[in-house]
Amino acid sequence: MRVNGFAHPAAADPRRLLSDHLRHDLGLTGTHVGCEHGVCGCCTVLLDGAPVRSCLMLAVQAEGHDITTIEGLAADGAPLHPVQQAFHECHGLQCGFCTPGFVMSVVGLLAQHPNPTAEQVDEGISGNLCRCTGYAPIRRAVVRAAELSKK
Amino acid sequence: MKPPRFEYHAPATTDEACALLASLEDAKVLAGGQSLVPLLNFRLARPAHLVDINRIGGLNRIYERDGGVAVQALARQSAVEDSDLIARACPLLTAAVRLVAHRVIRNRGTVCGSLAHADPASELPAVLLALGGHVVARSVRGERVIDAGGLFQGVMETALAPDELLVEAWFPASPAPFAIVEESRRHGDFALAGVVRAADRLALFGVAPTPVLADSRDPVRGLQPSGDLEATPQFRLHLVRVLTEKAFAA
Amino acid sequence: MTMRWFGERVQRVEDDRLLRGHGRFTDDIDEGALESVLVRSPYAHARILSIDVTAARAMPGVVAVYTAADLPFGHTDLPILIPHPNLTHGRTQRCLASEVVRYVGEAVVFVVAETRAIAEDAAELVQVEYESLPVVITPESAARADHLVHDDVPGNVAAELIQEAGSVEASLASAPHRLRLHFRFERGAACPMEARAVWARWSTAEHKLTVYDSTQSPTSIRGGLAVLFGLPESNVEVIAPDVGGGFGPKIMLFYPDELLVPFAAMRLGRPVKWTEDRQEHFTAVNQERGQVHEVEVGFAGDGKLLALDVDFIHDGGAYTPYGIILPIITAAQVPGPYRVPNYRVRFRDVYTNATPTSPYRGAGRPHACFVMERTLDAIAAQLELDRAEVRRRNLIQPDEFPYEVGVGWQDGNRVVYDSGNYPVLLEKALANLGPRPAGDHVGMGLGMYVEGTGVGPYEGAHVQVLVSGKVVAATGIPNQGQAHATVWAQIVADQLGVDVSDVEVSSGDTRRFPWGVGTFASRGAVTAGNAMAVAAGMVAEKAKRIASDHLEVDPADLELVGGKVQVKGAPDRGMPLAAIAVLANPVRYAFGGGTEAATQFSARPRPGPPLHDGEQPGLEATGYYSPPGSTWAAGCHAAYVRVDPKTFRMEILKYVVIHDCGRVINPLVVEGQIEGGVAQGIGGAFYERLAYDDEGQLRNASFMEFLMPYATEIPAIEIDHIETPSPLNPLGVKGAGEAGVIPVGAVLASAIEEALGVAITEMPLSPLKLFELSRPS
Repeated sequence: MRVNGFAHPAAADPRRLLSDHLRHDLGLTGTHVGCEHGVCGCCTVLLDGAPVRSCLMLAVQAEGHDITTIEGLAADGAPLHPVQQAFHECHGLQCGFCTPGFVMSVVGLLAQHPNPTAEQVDEGISGNLCRCTGYAPIRRAVVRAAELSKK
Repeated sequence: MKPPRFEYHAPATTDEACALLASLEDAKVLAGGQSLVPLLNFRLARPAHLVDINRIGGLNRIYERDGGVAVQALARQSAVEDSDLIARACPLLTAAVRLVAHRVIRNRGTVCGSLAHADPASELPAVLLALGGHVVARSVRGERVIDAGGLFQGVMETALAPDELLVEAWFPASPAPFAIVEESRRHGDFALAGVVRAADRLALFGVAPTPVLADSRDPVRGLQPSGDLEATPQFRLHLVRVLTEKAFAA
Repeated sequence: MTMRWFGERVQRVEDDRLLRGHGRFTDDIDEGALESVLVRSPYAHARILSIDVTAARAMPGVVAVYTAADLPFGHTDLPILIPHPNLTHGRTQRCLASEVVRYVGEAVVFVVAETRAIAEDAAELVQVEYESLPVVITPESAARADHLVHDDVPGNVAAELIQEAGSVEASLASAPHRLRLHFRFERGAACPMEARAVWARWSTAEHKLTVYDSTQSPTSIRGGLAVLFGLPESNVEVIAPDVGGGFGPKIMLFYPDELLVPFAAMRLGRPVKWTEDRQEHFTAVNQERGQVHEVEVGFAGDGKLLALDVDFIHDGGAYTPYGIILPIITAAQVPGPYRVPNYRVRFRDVYTNATPTSPYRGAGRPHACFVMERTLDAIAAQLELDRAEVRRRNLIQPDEFPYEVGVGWQDGNRVVYDSGNYPVLLEKALANLGPRPAGDHVGMGLGMYVEGTGVGPYEGAHVQVLVSGKVVAATGIPNQGQAHATVWAQIVADQLGVDVSDVEVSSGDTRRFPWGVGTFASRGAVTAGNAMAVAAGMVAEKAKRIASDHLEVDPADLELVGGKVQVKGAPDRGMPLAAIAVLANPVRYAFGGGTEAATQFSARPRPGPPLHDGEQPGLEATGYYSPPGSTWAAGCHAAYVRVDPKTFRMEILKYVVIHDCGRVINPLVVEGQIEGGVAQGIGGAFYERLAYDDEGQLRNASFMEFLMPYATEIPAIEIDHIETPSPLNPLGVKGAGEAGVIPVGAVLASAIEEALGVAITEMPLSPLKLFELSRPS
C-alpha cells in the first residue's frame, strides 16, 4: 500500500485495523482513534482520494490502494493545505483531537462540492464529532477553505 | 475494542468466494465493513473466517436491466448516490441512500451489504420492498433470485444461506409519486421510524423485525413495534401515522 | 507595560502542529511499550467469590496479569481528594477490587501483553466468579435506602449539609405566595473525543519514573506516585502532553490505571501503556449531574423573592473520591444573580451502584441554574407576569458588590460576589434576541447564571528570556484545548515588550514547572494567567535593573518595547533583551556573540561580585499567584425554539449569549469556549443521556446510542460580551471555561415549555419525553 505517496509493507496480522497500522506500525499518529466503531470520525483518511473511516478497515484491505493521512496534506515546512489554513484562521480547532478527521472529511467534501451550500457544509461535516468548538467555527472554516482553494 | 482472531480470505473471483463460503465453517462476508467491522471491534461478531470480497473484479457495476437498475455487490453507496442512471431511473433510491449514515460511511458501505445485513431500521431494505425488487444470490449450487418479500426474515436475518453470496440487487424504476420520510434523533442515525412510498405502495421500517408493507389508509394495523431508549411502541405507532401522512401529502 | 496583545483576537500559535498531525497525545507514544487492558466488573453490585487468572497468564504474548493480591498497595483505599467535615461516610475504591464491586466498570484485573489485541484475548480468559447483590441506581431509591451500597454506611448517606441565610421558616410562613416544585436532573457524561490514556517508563539507571498521562493535573499525579512508590518527587516526571479535551473527569486522583501502568512499568522494566477504549470510557470515567431537588419558594405579589428552601439529593455514585464538591457548588449557586433574602439549602450526597461522580464542565451549576430559573418561570406563570420582568425585579444591582450570599463555597470561604452588572446582561440579551419569529409552537427561553471561577489555592509560572531573545514560559497546569500557549504568550509578551511569536509556552510538564494544581473549575486564566503576569513582570524588572547598570540610567526611566529595554522618550538608547540575557549570566556563553558582548574583561558597570546578594543568574523568574477568593463571572442566555407538535423534533431558531468574564484576554478563544459550552449544553439537554437500567447496566455505552450532537444539531450561537473587571486579581480576569454550558438546560426547558404548553421539570429531554408529556397515557 502507498501512504502519502510512499510504499509501505503490508500489515502482518489480518486483524490489525488500518487506523492502528497507520499509527503504531507506520508512526503516522496524526490519524486519531476516538471510538473504533465508525461514529466519531477522528480516524478519517483518504482511500484513493475519498474519505473513509480507517477504524472500519482492516489494514490488509488497504493493500494496493493509496492512503492519504493528515501528514500527507502539506509537507513539513511547506505552507498549510488550504483546509488546514482555514481551520487555523477560523479557530476551527481547540484540543485538536478531532481535527485531522475533520480536515480529511472537508478535503473530501470540497473535492465533491467545490462551492458547497450551507446545507452541503453541514452534511459534509456531519459525520464527525467535535466536543470543543460547537461546530460554528468549523462551518466557517469550510467556507474559508473553499475560498482559499480557488486562489 | 480490537477484533478477535479470525482467518482472512481475499478471493479474486466470485467463484472463489462461493467456493470458500461452501467449504468454510462459520464464515462471514466482508464487503463495505461499515456494519461488520464495528461488530468485530466490539467483539459482538466472532466469525472464524472472513471472506473479503473487495478484491473481486467487475463486481461494482450499476446498470439498467429489466426496466429497473441493478446494483452489484461492490457498488458503494456513494456511487449509487452519485449515479445519473439511478437518479433518472430510480430517484427513490437516490433519495434513500442519502439518508444512510454519512457520506464518509457511504464511501465504503455498499447497497448490497445493507440489504444482507438487514437492520430493521435501515432504509434500503424498505426501499427494495416498497418497489418490489429482488436480489440475486450465488453459491456453488448455482444462482437464484430472492424477491424482497421473501428476503427479510427477522432482525438481521435473511433468506440467504450461509454459503450464498448476494451478488446483485435489482430495484424496479421508481413510480411517481414517491417519498421516503423518516424520523431519526440525529442526522444520519438509524430511524426511529420511517416510511417509503412508491405510488400507492407503502413500506415501513424501524417498526417491526423486518421492513413491512402497509396500507396507507391504516398504516399501523397489525403493527407491534418494539420499544427502546428513544422510542416506545406507542411513539413508533404515532410516528408511523405522522410520517405516512407526510409521505402521502406530497 | 503596554497592552499590545491583551484583548486582541490573536490567532492560536498551537494550531500549526495540531493541523499537520504533529500533535503528541498520550496514545501517540509507543517506544516499544507493552499494552494493557483492565478486566472490569460486569455487575453493578456483587461479591467477588474467586478470581482465576491462570489461563490468561498462560496465553502466548501475555507478559503479566495482576490482581489486588499482586499489588503492594492492593489493600490501600484510594485517597479522598477533598475531605470535608460533613463527609462523615466517605468511601473510596481500591485500585483493583477483590471483595465487592459496586459499579459496572469497576476494575478487577489488569492484563499486560505485547499488544492490546492479545491483552483483550487474555482478558476474556480471566475467570471471576461473582455473587450478585441488590442494586440501587436512582438517587431516590438510594435515599430511601432500598438497599445499601456500602454495608457500613447507614441510609447510603455519605454526607449531609444544611445551610441557612436569614430565616426561611418564618419568611415562608408570612409570604403572600408560595409554590412547591420538584426538579430532576439525570446523569450526563463529558465524553472528550480522546478517551483517557497513560504511558509509563522506569529507568533503572537513573532511578526515574516518567509518566505521560492525559490528566488535567500532572503535578498532583506526580506527588501521589512519589509517595506510593517511595521516590523523591524529583525522581518522578509526569507530563500531560496534548490532551484531547478534558471537561472535568480527566482529573480524579487516582484512576486505577494511573497507578497500575507505572507499577507495571517499574515491575517489568519495559514501558507500559494503557489506552482506554470508547466502550469502557462510558463506565470507567466519572460522570455527573444526577440530582433531585425539592423546592419551596415564597414570593411577593410583584414577583420578588422572599424565601427559598431547597432540599436536594446528589447521586454520588459508588464512591466519593472527590468529596462533596459538587453538591456544595449546587448549594452555593442556586441563588444565582438574584437577591434571595432568606435561603436555606440542605443536601444529602448518597451512594448508588453507578460510576462515581466528579465535576463535569458546569460542575453542579447547570442543575443549580435549572432549579432557580424554572422556579422564576413558575413564579411568573403564577402571577401572570412577564418572565423577564420577574428576573429584572430580583436582580442584584451593580452597586451592591461585594455581595454576600450567606452560604459556603468550595474553597472553604463564604460565597461573596466580587463584581458584575446583571441588569445589563439581561437587557442586552433581550435586545439581541429581538422579536419573536412567526409561526406556531415557538417558545422563548431565558436563563441567567453566575459562576464562581478562579478558585485557588495557587498557580505558578517560570519565564525566561533566552540569549537568542526568545522567551520560554512554563506553568504546571496542562492544556486540553483552551489555547494556553497563545493566551499565556499574550500576557508574557505584553510584560516583556516582545512579539507573541517570540514566546514559547510549556504547560503541564513537571520537568518544566514542578508546582501547581490543575486545569479545572474555570481557573486557568485567573490563576496561571496572573502567575504568568507576575513572573514576566519580575523578569521585566530584572531586565531594567541590569540595563540600568549598563546604560547608567534610573530603572524607572526604562521601558520594554520591541524586544529591547530602552530609555523612555529616547528609543535609540537601549539594548536588546538578548544582550541582557547574556549579561544576566556571569558565566556567559560561547555561541551567539554573547562572549563578545559581555566578556568579564570589559569595564564593569558596578563594583562587587558578579552576582550580588539575593540575585540569581539568568534573565528569568518564577512567580506565583494565589487568589484571595473566587471571582464571579456571569451571563444571560436567551433563545427561540420551535417544537414540531407531531414529531417533537426541536429546532433552535435563535440563540444569544451575553457573557461577562471580566477583562477578555483573547475574544477568539473566549468565544470558542462559549460556543463549545453551549453545544455541550444542547447535547446534554436534548440528545445525550446515560440510560441505566434497574440492574445498574448502562444500556447505551457507545456513540451509536449516546447521542452527542453533530454539526447538523447545533445552531449558530450569537455572542456578545460585557466586561466588569475583577477587583480581585491584577489582570481583572474571570474564568470562562464552563460558562457556556450552565444555563442551556434552563433556557431550552423554558422555551419548550412555552412552545408545547407542557410543564418541564426534568433534564434531559427528547422527542420521546415530549411525546409522553404531551399525551399522558
